[in-house]
Amino acid sequence: MLDFLLQAKAFISQPWPWWLGGFMIAFIMFALMFFGHELGISANLRTMCAAEGAGKFADFFDYDWTRDGWNLMVVLGAMFGGYMTSHYFAGAEGNIAHVSEATVESLKALGLNYEPGQVPLVPEFYSWESLFTLRGAIIILGGGFLIGFGARYAGGCTSGHAISGLSSLQLPSLVAVIGFFIGGLIMTYLIFPLLFSL
Amino acid sequence: MRYFKYIIIGFLFGMTLYKVEAVSWFRIFEMFHFQSFHMYGIIFSAVAFGILGEQLISRLHLRNIKGQELHVPPKAPQYKRYIFGGIIFGLGWAMAGICPGPMFILMGAGYTVLVVFLASAMFGTFVYGLLRNKLPH
Repeated sequence: MLDFLLQAKAFISQPWPWWLGGFMIAFIMFALMFFGHELGISANLRTMCAAEGAGKFADFFDYDWTRDGWNLMVVLGAMFGGYMTSHYFAGAEGNIAHVSEATVESLKALGLNYEPGQVPLVPEFYSWESLFTLRGAIIILGGGFLIGFGARYAGGCTSGHAISGLSSLQLPSLVAVIGFFIGGLIMTYLIFPLLFSL
Repeated sequence: MRYFKYIIIGFLFGMTLYKVEAVSWFRIFEMFHFQSFHMYGIIFSAVAFGILGEQLISRLHLRNIKGQELHVPPKAPQYKRYIFGGIIFGLGWAMAGICPGPMFILMGAGYTVLVVFLASAMFGTFVYGLLRNKLPH
């Protein structure tokens, strides 16, 4: 029995292929649909604002947020999933992003020096120390703001539009995803060279 | 107990995005440089399985637990908000390399500085709520 569990742990701990990720995400979307809900993580940001009393300042937050309690539970589960996976299912190599050789070269061009096969999952600027550097503060504070503002303006984030919306063949979601890529490419090609010269 | 199933679903979501490395800033960086099929594979296969499932559901007239027909509610046909909001979100997605799901997943994985990121994202949502009537939709 123990042997079986250890084998299962080793099996899960391998890097997952992209198609398994896609399958699982679709499965999660249908599981939520079966329980009468829609996959959408960024909606929780609105719920949290409403729960903190933002309804006093804007009608947008003036609603019974407790009806969205289920989604807060999804997020709680996701946090627990992140904890368990990073601590117990990381695999022998540890928390590594298996990016391509070309990406390692592009990172070097920006001054982020990693050896092939040793790119971590999370960059070093996600730390409390880097929050007090100019670049770290711009990424953490600015990135958070843009995501929170943009997701609500666009009516959804990657999960709500790129997965849920595209699967149900909705044109608005395709427009939003095209917008995600326009913004992403502007950031990657025009703003990163400036940001990483700071 | 009625919330327990959502915690399990969230757990699977967190484990999946972590194991396929979709939580990685470097994978998002790679995606926007078109240097690997990996992230596109995740999105395309999720959408493909999603379309397949949606077709199956409508052919079989499957119902949810409340007895209603299963479907994703249609998004409002306003296009300015999707393109402008999408671009703003995309700028943040590429810069932070984190979208709302991975934000929570990595917080759980021990990157506690992300509570500041979350506070900033909530502030962004709050500012949208304040400006909503003045923005083009």
